[in-house]
Amino acid sequence: MKLNYRVILFAFALIFGVVFSIPSLTQSEQGKKITLGLDLQGGLHMLLGIKSEVAIESRIKSIAASIKYLFDDEEIIFDDLRMVEGKKVMFELLDKDDVAKAKKLLKKEIEGTTLSENGLNFILSMTEAEVARTKSSAIKQAVDTIRNRLNEFGLAEPTVAKQGQDKILVEVPGIKTQADEQRIRELIARAAHLQLMAVDEDRIARVGSMSAQEAKHYGDVILPDVNTPNRKYLLRAIPVLDGSMLTDAKVGFDKNNQPVINFSLNGQGAKIFGDFTGKYVGKRMAVVLDNNVYSAPVIRERIGGGHVQISGRFKLSEAHDLAIALRSGALLAPVYVMEKRSVGPSLGADNIKASMEALILGFVLVVLFMVLYYGMAGVVADVALVGNLFLILAIMSLFGATLTLPGMAGIVLTVGMAVDANVIINERIRELLHEGKSTAKSIEEGYDKAFTAILDANVTTLIAAVALWAYGTGPLKGFAITMGIGILASMLTAIVGTHGIYQWLLPKIDKNRLGFWFGIKTEGNK
Amino acid sequence: MEIFKYKKPLNLMAQSKRFGLVSLTLLIISLGLIVTKGFNYGLDFAGGTLVQVHYKEKAPIQKVRDAITKVKAYEGASVTYFGNDNEIIIRTKKSSKSLGKDMGDEMRELLKGTGDFEVRRVDIVGAKVGSELREKGLMAMLISILGILIYVSFRFEWRFAIASVMALMHDVTIAMGAVVLFDVEVNLDTLAALLTILGYSLNDTIIVFDRIREGIHTVKNPDLAKIIDESVTQTLSRTTLTSLTTFFVVLTLFLFGGEIIKGFSFTLLVGVVVGTYSSIFVASPILMMLGFSVSDYRLKAAEKAKREKEKEKMRAMYENGTI
Repeated sequence: MKLNYRVILFAFALIFGVVFSIPSLTQSEQGKKITLGLDLQGGLHMLLGIKSEVAIESRIKSIAASIKYLFDDEEIIFDDLRMVEGKKVMFELLDKDDVAKAKKLLKKEIEGTTLSENGLNFILSMTEAEVARTKSSAIKQAVDTIRNRLNEFGLAEPTVAKQGQDKILVEVPGIKTQADEQRIRELIARAAHLQLMAVDEDRIARVGSMSAQEAKHYGDVILPDVNTPNRKYLLRAIPVLDGSMLTDAKVGFDKNNQPVINFSLNGQGAKIFGDFTGKYVGKRMAVVLDNNVYSAPVIRERIGGGHVQISGRFKLSEAHDLAIALRSGALLAPVYVMEKRSVGPSLGADNIKASMEALILGFVLVVLFMVLYYGMAGVVADVALVGNLFLILAIMSLFGATLTLPGMAGIVLTVGMAVDANVIINERIRELLHEGKSTAKSIEEGYDKAFTAILDANVTTLIAAVALWAYGTGPLKGFAITMGIGILASMLTAIVGTHGIYQWLLPKIDKNRLGFWFGIKTEGNK
Repeated sequence: MEIFKYKKPLNLMAQSKRFGLVSLTLLIISLGLIVTKGFNYGLDFAGGTLVQVHYKEKAPIQKVRDAITKVKAYEGASVTYFGNDNEIIIRTKKSSKSLGKDMGDEMRELLKGTGDFEVRRVDIVGAKVGSELREKGLMAMLISILGILIYVSFRFEWRFAIASVMALMHDVTIAMGAVVLFDVEVNLDTLAALLTILGYSLNDTIIVFDRIREGIHTVKNPDLAKIIDESVTQTLSRTTLTSLTTFFVVLTLFLFGGEIIKGFSFTLLVGVVVGTYSSIFVASPILMMLGFSVSDYRLKAAEKAKREKEKEKMRAMYENGTI
């Protein structure tokens, strides 16, 4: 019995396979492990779309606000400033002498726009590049914001990533109940757009009979109370300040021991807030979050320091989530669900159990069949099969690959396909033995002749696996990966490995006992 | 143990017309089913909402139906048992875009009072994603067929490539016909199964073709039908054995792999049977039909070898400095 390079290679592969699959099999803390897919461990998978046109609109809004501010500041007289088609601003200059000055000012101060004129009427539109930039920054901002929110919520390893041009992939493993999941979804969805707005005290008495159109005419907006939506407030449309000036938000309790949210403003915000409250003592100021009025207290005195409180009869968990959303910033553009898959932990456990049972049963069936049909040759093939399984696990562990339910099916199928190589080889060897060739010659020639068939068959299966991997999504990729790895690993174990074992065992193979070794009846060697 | 022992090659090619008729009939029935009845597209490709609910006791399916269809938006929702009596699945064609409270949450509220239950799965697929997934699936299919065509032409000959791809389409079409016939829901995993059938059935065909290729080089008589008969007979035991082991493995998956994987394993089960049949009885006759001629092939191979030799000679002469 002489060792050869094939059997040594196989032994190394086997040791490698066992060593690196141990962390995954024992679920130890250390070492690289296979991650279980969401369908096996339970969790939430979502593909979100983003309404980027909203981001464009708010960009246009802020451009309009800048124009108003700049022209007022430079005393340029203008009229009919309005937004059109969602990405243009129109205005009219009243004095011809202001044209040059206005043009220069706009060019200098407002980026990413082009100005077209018709007499004294002007249209400022966003350039295509600016539209694209705004869209992509809205996505990027949404990804960052959602990631921050999930991280602050204290979830284990959430994934938030941009997918394609305009989609966001969110994956959150380990959610216990549907109610928890809903809470997480609400946290993600929250626009968290905070505004402090002045109440229009002169007209609020008439709010009940006022249309939105009329309110707009006065430069006002009608918003509902968060707890009693029938109660309406009439507020000045341009806010005193908004959430972009917020530096921190924490849950606290008021004197009635009700949860509230305390937030702090940055220097600029604190100054604006102080000035405003100083100027409007005795009037009301509304705290507005996502277009709902949470409270509208009367200003009793100038409030410096930039600390503001939102109270709104919160539940504690609600206040907690709201504070997180405020801290991690507003979503510039709202997101919506394009695809959602959510699996409860108990179903995940059931899936593992069922697929493990199928895997083990299938494996045992194949192993028994091989021994029954081929005798020792079957045992050799089975050893290679075990090696193949360990190798798949080890390679997946090293790459930190994700094992999904279809991935499990992929492994089961690989078991069937990996023995195929050995069936082909064994059949060839039998044929050659029947022809009366010597054992050594039959083995060598058998491997030689079977090789092209196995190679071509495996390569074509690999082609299908690669196509599936490239065009498949989520769980399907998992299937393609396990199958691909399985095929490659089987080339090493089923071809090289078994060949090495035969060469190693050759001196032991009794040519008068071919029934035991290869499961055939012959008159022995001629 | 040895089951397949043939002293003489089976006389298969003489029967090829008969097999052709069987295949043609199956193909026509399958295509007819696909065209008239059409696929039962599941959530992945059609979009919609699926909610799986597990009850501690036997699921009160009538109560659930009543509770759900009370709401106008859920009219036409289907409620069925899933795998066992405790598990039900609610399906609607509608999907919600709202991130906060979605259809799953609404159903959870509607079901309050129907018993002790747990919502174990909520899948929502928007219509746009559904059509995107369908496109991608088709692409995966086309790309792999194209890849296989190229590879087989490169390793064998173009007629082998066409024959194997035609056999593949035969298998996939019949498998799809069975999917339609048994009203199996078509989802992403069905697609994976179809692609696996592609790979698997090709495996079988390649093994047979490999033998034919070998036979072309070694057998003296240039009668393709004889070579095919011999090659198919020689590989018959391997083809049947592998198909049997794979069949058993897929069968365990079908029987014990859980409800969720049923569509996948069913499609595969059909594919394994049809794939085996086609690589024994269909692929090689197509090769015959395409007019593959052993003598021509040998002539070409001989010419090629001659050219190679001449080149070699020239090179040797050049290196020796005789030119």
